[in-house]
Amino acid sequence: MEWSVSDIWIVLAGSLSAASCALLGCYLVLKKMSMMGDAISHAVLPGLAVAFLVAGTRDSFTMFVGAAIAGVFTAAVTQWIHSFGKVDEGSSMGVVFTTLFAIGLILIVRAADSVDLDPGCVLYGTIELVPLDIRSIFGVNIPAAVIKLSAVLLINIAFILIFYKELKISTFDPALSTTLGINARLMHYLLMTLVAMTTVASFESVGSILVVAMLIVPAATAHLITDRLSVLLLLSGVFAVASSFLGHLAAVVAPTWFGFDGVSTSTAGMMAVVSGCFFLVAVLVSPRYGVISRMIHQLSLSLRIVREDVLGLLYRVEEPGRADPRKASTLLREVVQGGAIKRWLAVRSLRKAGKIVGQNGNYQLTPSGRGEAIDLIRSHRLWESYLAEKLSVSPDSVHEPAERMEHFLTEELREHIAADMEQEARDPHGKEIPSRHR
Amino acid sequence: MMRISTHRNVAWWGVAVAFVMVALSVGSGVFAADIQSHAAALTIENTVLSAAQFKTATTNGESFTTQLWRTIFLRDYNTRVVVLGTMLLGIGSGVIGSFLLLRKRALMGDALSHATLPGIAIAFIMMEWFFEDGKSLPGLLVGAFVFGTLGIVCVVLIRNFTRIKEDAALGIVLSVFFGLGVAIMGVIQSMGTGHAAGLESFIYGKTASMLFSDAVLIASVAGFVALLCILLYKEFTLVCFDAQFAGSLGWPVISLDIAMMALAIVITVVGLQAVGLILMLAFLVIPPAAARFWTNDLSRLVVFSAAIGAISGFVGAAMSALVPRLPAGAIIVVVASLFFLISMIFGRRRGVLARLVQHWQLSRKVAEQNLLRALFELGEPTYAHALEKREVPAGDADVPFRALLDRRVWSSQHLMSLVESAKRKGLVRATPDDRYALTRQGLDEAVQVVRNHRLWELYLITHADVAAGQVDRAADRIEHVLGASMVCELESLLSEKAPHLTMPASPHVLVRSRQLSDAHKSTGDSC
Amino acid sequence: MQHDAVSQAVEEGADVSEAQLSDSPLAVRDLTVAYGRKPVLWDVEFAVPRGKLVGILGPNGAGKSTMLKAVQQLIPVASGRVLVFGKPYRTQRNIVGYVPQREAVDWDFPVSALDVVAMGRYAKIGWFRPVTRKHKTAAFEALERVGMGDYAHRQISQLSGGQQQRVFLARALSQDAELYLMDEPFVGVDAATERAIIHILQDLRSAGKTVLVVHHDLQTVEDYFDHVILLNMRVVSVGPTKEVFTSENLQKTYGGRLTLLDQAIHAAAGSGRSA
Repeated sequence: MEWSVSDIWIVLAGSLSAASCALLGCYLVLKKMSMMGDAISHAVLPGLAVAFLVAGTRDSFTMFVGAAIAGVFTAAVTQWIHSFGKVDEGSSMGVVFTTLFAIGLILIVRAADSVDLDPGCVLYGTIELVPLDIRSIFGVNIPAAVIKLSAVLLINIAFILIFYKELKISTFDPALSTTLGINARLMHYLLMTLVAMTTVASFESVGSILVVAMLIVPAATAHLITDRLSVLLLLSGVFAVASSFLGHLAAVVAPTWFGFDGVSTSTAGMMAVVSGCFFLVAVLVSPRYGVISRMIHQLSLSLRIVREDVLGLLYRVEEPGRADPRKASTLLREVVQGGAIKRWLAVRSLRKAGKIVGQNGNYQLTPSGRGEAIDLIRSHRLWESYLAEKLSVSPDSVHEPAERMEHFLTEELREHIAADMEQEARDPHGKEIPSRHR
Repeated sequence: MMRISTHRNVAWWGVAVAFVMVALSVGSGVFAADIQSHAAALTIENTVLSAAQFKTATTNGESFTTQLWRTIFLRDYNTRVVVLGTMLLGIGSGVIGSFLLLRKRALMGDALSHATLPGIAIAFIMMEWFFEDGKSLPGLLVGAFVFGTLGIVCVVLIRNFTRIKEDAALGIVLSVFFGLGVAIMGVIQSMGTGHAAGLESFIYGKTASMLFSDAVLIASVAGFVALLCILLYKEFTLVCFDAQFAGSLGWPVISLDIAMMALAIVITVVGLQAVGLILMLAFLVIPPAAARFWTNDLSRLVVFSAAIGAISGFVGAAMSALVPRLPAGAIIVVVASLFFLISMIFGRRRGVLARLVQHWQLSRKVAEQNLLRALFELGEPTYAHALEKREVPAGDADVPFRALLDRRVWSSQHLMSLVESAKRKGLVRATPDDRYALTRQGLDEAVQVVRNHRLWELYLITHADVAAGQVDRAADRIEHVLGASMVCELESLLSEKAPHLTMPASPHVLVRSRQLSDAHKSTGDSC
Repeated sequence: MQHDAVSQAVEEGADVSEAQLSDSPLAVRDLTVAYGRKPVLWDVEFAVPRGKLVGILGPNGAGKSTMLKAVQQLIPVASGRVLVFGKPYRTQRNIVGYVPQREAVDWDFPVSALDVVAMGRYAKIGWFRPVTRKHKTAAFEALERVGMGDYAHRQISQLSGGQQQRVFLARALSQDAELYLMDEPFVGVDAATERAIIHILQDLRSAGKTVLVVHHDLQTVEDYFDHVILLNMRVVSVGPTKEVFTSENLQKTYGGRLTLLDQAIHAAAGSGRSA
């Protein structure tokens, strides 16, 4: 597609509002109050309607005040119903925001002649119209929405920078922060006020549903990737901006994939979808918490265990007086668990690493392989001794646990056990514990 | 006591079942009678919000009272369909909503209803492609159901398999699914098939243009939901209360949870048209939350919740029929919220007012007991003597107001009002020179109070290490808390320290003590 | 030839004889449970004799509650077999009664004490059937047995901690089981309630029932229990109280020696994460 100036303005407006939301959203997600974002973005509707009826204009300032009041009111009443009415938090939130939304809807419909508000616009916005409302600043024509959203973003950034540590502690441990003299409740309501104001600034351009998406999804996505608050804030901002850019692109391009040529769809909706895709990708491939990386890690772990089991078996076969006429590969099949594919992979990688040599299923340990095997067998037999001696486990049932533990004992821990043991030379089955390698 | 209560519970079940059945049968009966005569009267208004106010068959010439009458008694076909439809929806969602509330899944309803939008839009496109008619309601509802279910599944997957908590999972699902829905709707609008606009009614609802067939659908789904909730009443209850125990009985907790959510999904899907997906949550959440203030009994909670849902539906739909330009979905929610507000304040069991009164009564009682105890302890020798001789206490136990005031930390104003109320009850008498003493009746009560108090103290002294968790139940009688054998033990201890408090005085003085010893005799317990 | 792995796998578990397994009310073999990657129970093996009060002891985080849950398959189990009177637990569910921790449920729930006790009868009532008067009467009798008859119609939030615990106990009684599993029934109750509960448990024992109790207070172990299981991620010792409840075994269960085991397990969990 060809990018025109208005496309750039649309993406810019989307990015600004998405980033403002995402920054605040980090705290909502960490406070486990994500749904409060949803509640407030619905509940500002009556605030807007009343502000409109009172002031008679769509002037930004009145709207901001109306929305801020509605937002704080929602948070406060939810809290009040929760604590005084002993209603659980989710339900009290549901009661409050649906009621406020309903009242807003009634007000708008009743005063349709005098109120130029369309609930549809509030819900999913008209970001496509952003480039039409132009203001001139220093001779540069800038859409009004962009100016407004830039201001909101700056306010949000300033708020977070100024109150960084206060927000951090009151989010993490409200009780502690109050004892330290930081009023957690005040911080909470300040945050809610900003959420409400951001919602209002965004509703014209992107609509309240997108506000919800941008409050929660980028922050949650970033939370899957990092554990540090500063990185979390930064990443969520990046995701928000990227969602906005790709969302607009997708709104123009995506319909053609399904055979709707020449049709473009709602940018706001697509921004939410794109942010959802980011989340999905993070769920799958996040280096730490991703499903796929966990699977890969699980796989590599089990491969390592098979490799070590192979080494251990070869060592035992090579121990004095234990010759077995069968081929090593036959023994492997009998003893080493984990399936043929993993065994094959393990043997292959061991050969490549020069830990074992041999042909046609007859394998021998190389010196380096032997060293590794000694460590392993030492772990195994030491652990057996430890269980038998210190925990009075019967020698008959020490093998299985040791079979598992041998792969996880670090060298330090192993020698710690060895030092703790009275009888170091033999395991409970009378087999020799190989002395320390290296 | 047992028998009575069983009867009462059976009666409640009777009421519950009867309520649901009558509502359902009245609904379907009325519909059935009218099916032919009014088939022609059905006109669909497709515009979103103008549809919210719907026209009754009334003409402008009629007075408001006549209109009101006609509406309340459902004389007009349209009104009847709409009002009964929303009432039944209220019943169905009130019933299943109660269980969602108790399982703390209320906001699931929000994610679920938002998640239906892409389903509706996709179903529309598919039907346009294959049948050239995208507006077949069953098709749209199937789409809604599929995506509602998908939404819930996503929430559960995110919650269980990532580090993201439930609240964020709900937010993600509701916003992303809704965004997808909006995007697909955008495509539909550009398709230029003309009648796509009607789809928006799923967002805000178009109660006013509810058709006979819609109402029948709602009736059957609400009936189905209510019936299943009655059949699975005890299963749902146990899963909500103690899922672990349910698991230990070998019940499929997960399947029961799924069944519960599935019922919520079907009722949401059929309700979308009536109240819209944003306000559908209100139907699931508000009635049970309001009903909770009135009762501590689950079966009653379900019935009350269904009733509040039904009444809100009735009043809201009727109001929107009477008053022009009132969106029905929204007004139903506002009516339900009024119920909630009233319940929260005046609710008999957990309402704010009831709890305040309870609290006030309790503190008043405690203060009165403190007064009696203070008077007794100030004149203890005289009173003890009077108890021994079983006669009216002599005048030398009178204490001046000042002495009473110094006895405890209480303001003179507070003490004055306490003394006045005790005088009115005949527990305390005043001498002309502003001195106070216990009357005979007051002495009897004071003895009780002092005895209890001292038992408590002894208990705390003897078992100080374990009693801490016990002190919070001020309303419980000490005998109940301590158990008979321990009371025996404590009483013998007490009799050594303060013999006049346990000695056999006149029967009406130490009533409780006598009852206790009787009880011990009957259970063969020896002191 | 090296038959380490093969032969030992066969010999394993020989300390719990087959004969013991078939008549023991509860026999557990090779039970391993992990939360995420962190193992909580390792190779737990024991069998308890019939008609005894059995205390399960161990420090915090030793996996006592986890074991009760794992035995009843309430949580996923990595490996292990649970036999109740020689048959798999799954087929014997109806003769096992369970008392969860008091904190496990929402005491604000709109049910009365009698309703909660009646829940113990649910398995007997069967699906889709309402609670009839017969079952309510049985539930009421169970309440009376724990001395809570007067409170049958109180909403459960209006009961004190000890009373709530008695209601839970009554629920287990109304299950009419052969084997009872109780998770910390003495936590947060006063001395009198504790005495009342132990009396009820002793009554159960005289009736030939077997009761396993997760317990905290080492002071009372010798008075309360005939049999103890000392647990710290694995069974340290199991047997009659007189033989097993020794300071040496306690040292092993609670003492510093196990820090090594602890360390090892953390190492396992840690390397699981970063490898």
